[in-house]
Amino acid sequence: MPLFVKITMAIGAGMIAALPFAMSCGTCGAPLPGEPELATIAPRVFEYREAGEFTRGGHPVDAPVVSGAKKTPLTLMRRLVTAAEYEQCVQEGGCPASPQDETSGEQPVVKVSWRDASAYASWLSRKTGRAYRLPTNEEWAFAAGSRVSDDSLGAENSADPSKRWLARYEKESSRDILDKNVKPTGAFGVNEYGLADMAGNVWEWTDTCYRRVALDVGTAIGRSTENCGVRVVAGRHRSYMTDFIRDPRSGGCAVGVPPANLGFRLVRG
Amino acid sequence: MAGSLSQRKEAPAAGPYLPLIEKLSTKVDPMMTRRSALMAATAAAAIGLAAPANAATSPAPARGPAPKLPRHKVELVSPPFAHAHDQVSLHGPRIMEFTLSIEEKEVIVDEAGTKFQAMTFGGSMPGPLMIVHEGDYVELTLINPATNTMPHNIDFHSATGALGGAALTLVNPGEQAVLRWKADRPGVFVYHCAPEGSMIPWHVAAGMHGTVMVLPRDGLKDAAGKPLRYDRIYYVGEHDLYVPRDEKGKYKTYESLGESFADTMDLMRKLIPTHVVFNGKTGALTGKNAMTAKVGETVLIIHSQANRDTRPHLIGGHGDYVWETGKFRNRPEVDLETWFVRGGSAGAALYTFRQPGIYAYVNHNLIEAVELGATAHFKVEGEWNSDLMEQVSPPGPIPAAAKLHGALVR
Repeated sequence: MPLFVKITMAIGAGMIAALPFAMSCGTCGAPLPGEPELATIAPRVFEYREAGEFTRGGHPVDAPVVSGAKKTPLTLMRRLVTAAEYEQCVQEGGCPASPQDETSGEQPVVKVSWRDASAYASWLSRKTGRAYRLPTNEEWAFAAGSRVSDDSLGAENSADPSKRWLARYEKESSRDILDKNVKPTGAFGVNEYGLADMAGNVWEWTDTCYRRVALDVGTAIGRSTENCGVRVVAGRHRSYMTDFIRDPRSGGCAVGVPPANLGFRLVRG
Repeated sequence: MAGSLSQRKEAPAAGPYLPLIEKLSTKVDPMMTRRSALMAATAAAAIGLAAPANAATSPAPARGPAPKLPRHKVELVSPPFAHAHDQVSLHGPRIMEFTLSIEEKEVIVDEAGTKFQAMTFGGSMPGPLMIVHEGDYVELTLINPATNTMPHNIDFHSATGALGGAALTLVNPGEQAVLRWKADRPGVFVYHCAPEGSMIPWHVAAGMHGTVMVLPRDGLKDAAGKPLRYDRIYYVGEHDLYVPRDEKGKYKTYESLGESFADTMDLMRKLIPTHVVFNGKTGALTGKNAMTAKVGETVLIIHSQANRDTRPHLIGGHGDYVWETGKFRNRPEVDLETWFVRGGSAGAALYTFRQPGIYAYVNHNLIEAVELGATAHFKVEGEWNSDLMEQVSPPGPIPAAAKLHGALVR
């Protein structure tokens, strides 16, 4: 119970802090009381490497890079959803409980699945009357800007499946193992769009489904299959997670370094 | 680890057989630190012992002269590697001199940074692999530096008599002992610390175990007597670890070994490990530390578990020749998928890699492999053999015709 009291107090403090910002924005569509602090990113031309697994001529290849203009602004949370905010959703019956560490009220919520994150988005939308949802992986990359890391391997189109496999193992093995302990909001700084903790030690759920694509001619999308039981997780490196997973630790047979933690931030509109 | 090995080089060489057993009859060293004295008292109280290294518990056998044989001093290396050795002996029997220094220290056992109060032979988990030939003598100098807090000893499963040597080697901090035993049975064997009472499982589960390999003088052979050779050895020690948790489920940390004892023992008695790992920690043999080989190379994998049963399996490969019980006078089994290593023993498997890629080497209780940490990787380079395996059609949509066929069959 002391934990609950602490979290409730934290929510109160957070709301008071957010109010002046909401007031100053007047009717411009900025946060209402109860809404998180938001940032809007202006349209621009940007490059994005597709998510999913791609083959050409039956052999695995790097996903194609698509280049284009994002024509509409993107409005999303400046920071990750915190443990205190998520706990409020749990208390109000909108989200499944996911026990956090005692000290984590003002820190990003972790140990949440895609299902938990989606439930939170629905709850916040109901509560505020504004449409909140998880970003697509492309939107996340658009917002992450300079913090996106490329997951190409370069080992192209060989009939020897071990070449790409070994290349991926080398790449994944070379990653530093991150401190898994969740840090206070803002500990990983802000990016060029004022978004806190992009590609820190909390990976973010996106709404993008895993898909496998056969590229038969150039980079045109050939036949593909999609599995929405697995979603793209964005962060320091891109990962694919089954939607009910809360702890990304892989430990054994899966090679490389898994995401350190799973959390999320939401897009409005 | 390297530090402790170089430290070992500076240790006094095991010279002529010294009457060090007399050391056992001395009282507790007056130079012992207050903490170690407290520790000894705590330990003794916990298990109902009068005092550690009590002379009354040690037999006093007659000491014979050393065999008149050439001596060879061996420099040990840290796991998963094996020290330089000949697969077929080029010499007659020798006295093989080894030095092991015991190191009590805090170690990290997983990626989450969980701290564990460990006790080690030579600073590594497992203790280093010692290789001799049948008919050689092993002469071990066992050093317990004054910086340690506990009495220790060593029980060689490969040795005969005196509890495997444990009764003749119980050394307090600040002491050393020298033991010589004849290697008269070829095979891979566990060695471990074995003080008394609850100290035995505690010291072993805290990391104090390793492996001796006694090779036949003319090397390894298959069932028909044909020589079997390896290009390299990988030495895997498996540990079941018991790290106490607090009431919130977080792993507890302790200032010292002594403080960790009571909680750890309580947890051990429930027999469910918190970690099952290879070579001291999750990930000790994966990623940058993955074991490497080339297609066509033959690897001897030695797997040692001093406490608990395990079942090694090479995912994507096999055991070409396996001495499941680890004793080389028995014929090796061939073509195994998984082999059983009994708790308190070591096994050996010979495999020639035939395909490049990543292989996972696991304890095939997959809960222990994936959830508790018992996974290693081999990184193998070479040319893919599409006769052995070919991806005929990569994963993709099910063609309409196949869907129809599937429906009809069902």
